[in-house]
Amino acid sequence: MSFRDDHELHGRRFGRNLGVALVLLAFIAIVFGLTVAKVTRGDYEPENARIQD
Amino acid sequence: MSDASINTQVQTQEAGFGDYFALLKPRVMSLVVFTAMVGLLAAPVDVHPMVAFASILFIAVGGGASGALNMWFDSDIDAVMKRTQGRPIPAGKVTREEAFAIGITLSVFSCVMLALAANIFAGLLLAFTIFFYVVIYTMWLKRWTPQNIVIGGAAGAFPPMIGWAVATGGVSIESILMFTLTFMWTPPHFWALCLFMKSDYKDAGVPMLHVTNGRRSTRNHILVYTLLLAAVAIGMAFTGVGGPIYLTVALVLNGLFVAGAISIWRRDEETSEADGYKREKSFFALSLMYLFLHYGAILAEATLAPFGWGGW
Repeated sequence: MSFRDDHELHGRRFGRNLGVALVLLAFIAIVFGLTVAKVTRGDYEPENARIQD
Repeated sequence: MSDASINTQVQTQEAGFGDYFALLKPRVMSLVVFTAMVGLLAAPVDVHPMVAFASILFIAVGGGASGALNMWFDSDIDAVMKRTQGRPIPAGKVTREEAFAIGITLSVFSCVMLALAANIFAGLLLAFTIFFYVVIYTMWLKRWTPQNIVIGGAAGAFPPMIGWAVATGGVSIESILMFTLTFMWTPPHFWALCLFMKSDYKDAGVPMLHVTNGRRSTRNHILVYTLLLAAVAIGMAFTGVGGPIYLTVALVLNGLFVAGAISIWRRDEETSEADGYKREKSFFALSLMYLFLHYGAILAEATLAPFGWGGW
């Protein structure tokens, strides 16, 4: 049995895949934003890194 | 759903993204986000906006993960109770195994990410919160003691402490007081719900206070806890997170809340049934506004402080 492209099941799967893709993209953006924030704030300067240790 | 054939048919449904999202209890997550945000902003330490945003998000994900694990463990109860029959597992949209996998994965993910984004203490506190909600409350207390909601309420009270820990890296009297506010608020809020949800918990075999000790005892407990809550809530006005705005809000809301609790305490079952539990329902609705406005007032004090208006 073959499903037509516009079957409801395909729509739901597409929605699920799209949701996962958006979540992953958002995660990448957040990690990038966090990295920029921490680097510009100087968290990884040698003297600050030593204090954190 | 006693008909097995119907159940089998339902379980073959393929879940959409929204069904997985529903596992995270979005409405509970909104409370977690709001109280954690207030805890973070009320702390006397500035946090980079990006770090604050990411931290709140990871706290929300952690809260959602514990919701998914709660649905995994309680799927048998959820299937019996009318209030929870539409949840993804009893509705046959998501399997228990999927819920467990999502819950565990997101729990680890959220704690590690919070520790990396903010600090290790905040990550550990989030891990303890998830552990407390899933193991102490869901697996142990909920099915064992009528005090389940009293002790288990601690799980919902931790988010402002985690928010505070994101900013300060530790715990202080102010963050403990915010914890106490939600902790003391939870029992009267839930017991009011129990009074008009009638037999839901009894059908599911959950030993809620009104099932084990009777409805009269539940009304007494609501009054006692509301009086204790009022003392904590008004007392907070004179701490570092309080101020004139908070004091005004607390006096008005606690006056209304205590009046509502007295009204519930003075009623009996016949009177309540006659008007469809009108007072109990309005007390429950007020309890939602109560918590939101108290935290809103703490947020207002913190936001206005730099302009010389907030705090004492």
